[in-house]
Amino acid sequence: MNHLYRELAPVSDGAWAQIEDEARQMLTSALAGRKLVDVGGPLGWETSSVSLGRAAAATARLVEGAGLKVRRLRPMAELRVPFEVARTELDAIPRGAVDPDLGPVAEAARIAARAEDTFIFNGFAEIGSPGLVGNVEDPVMMPEDFDYEAFPDKVVEAMARLRLKGVEGPYAVALGPRCYEGVVSTTHAGGYPVLDHLRSFVDGPLVWAPALDGSLVLSLRGGDFQLTLGADFSIGYLDHDADRVRLYIEESLAFEVYEPAAAVPMSYQRG
Amino acid sequence: MTNGYHEQHENLTEETRDLHRALSSLMEELEAVDWYQQRVDATQDPSLKEVLAHNRDEEIEHAAMVIEWLRRNHPKFDEQLRVYLFTSGSIAEQEEEHDGNREGGPGEGSLGIGGLKSAPLGGRGNASAYGDDE
Repeated sequence: MNHLYRELAPVSDGAWAQIEDEARQMLTSALAGRKLVDVGGPLGWETSSVSLGRAAAATARLVEGAGLKVRRLRPMAELRVPFEVARTELDAIPRGAVDPDLGPVAEAARIAARAEDTFIFNGFAEIGSPGLVGNVEDPVMMPEDFDYEAFPDKVVEAMARLRLKGVEGPYAVALGPRCYEGVVSTTHAGGYPVLDHLRSFVDGPLVWAPALDGSLVLSLRGGDFQLTLGADFSIGYLDHDADRVRLYIEESLAFEVYEPAAAVPMSYQRG
Repeated sequence: MTNGYHEQHENLTEETRDLHRALSSLMEELEAVDWYQQRVDATQDPSLKEVLAHNRDEEIEHAAMVIEWLRRNHPKFDEQLRVYLFTSGSIAEQEEEHDGNREGGPGEGSLGIGGLKSAPLGGRGNASAYGDDE
């Protein structure tokens, strides 16, 4: 038995399979960051940090003539989303029910995906984890009352910035919910959809990214952004009573930005 | 052209053809390792022995590269290589431990999402597949 304690849960094999399918389906579709960055691992739940390859010199000395350096590490963060499933639904699965209510599983997976994407896009200051959009000083700006017919022009501007800095493609565009709505609902004067216009010159995917405020144009060439997994998303057991089983979705992860110039955010002007 | 198909070529998917290419390459590399190793043993010329040993090691490198391709492109290779590679102790016990974890359904629990990055030409991401999230 590992740290997930699944053997202790009153959940049949078939129910575990359906719970996992439900979570996997939601995660695969809802995760945006993993469609854009390199993913390493999983290195195992026991992995606690990722080496940054750097070391800081200590000011104090152990003995005269000997220096001391401390390796810099990025700690693994543990992301957990608890949820409850009704035992009546779990018990229906071995009887052959084809429509068990596993809504809480999908909702937990959706929250987990949003949390991971927020970690990747915005970073997490408390542990010094960088984000894709967090530290960029000169994003491409969009006015508050932005006309999305001009959205392709802004993407071209962002792609030009990447090329000027020697960052090669293919380039992807991550669309936050407001940009997504604007892009898919807008057509050019001749009736040509803005979304199709984007697809005509963006050589990477257009990725729906609900955790993102604005949009992001970035290179998919590799080596610029790395999500390192300790344990990939897993489902573990907390406890149960006569009516409900409490489970959780969990992962351990670290994110690193090696080349900030390989991503150009597109932000709304505030105020 | 790669030979060795056991079914009609047109009945095979592109994935199966690539898998066949990789497996054929792996067999060829390992066979070369075997041949070089025997020649290393047999030759009495020290400089030739050195060259042959170098070539043998190159073939081992090639084999390792193909194995990594197989791991990245075939989930079962990935699963089994994670079980057996870079372990210590009894190899047979690794199997028992792995099988034990699979018994009874709960398993190890990972959903195996992994990386989802791809760069299809033509901009076909997921942007057309969803409505508003909020």
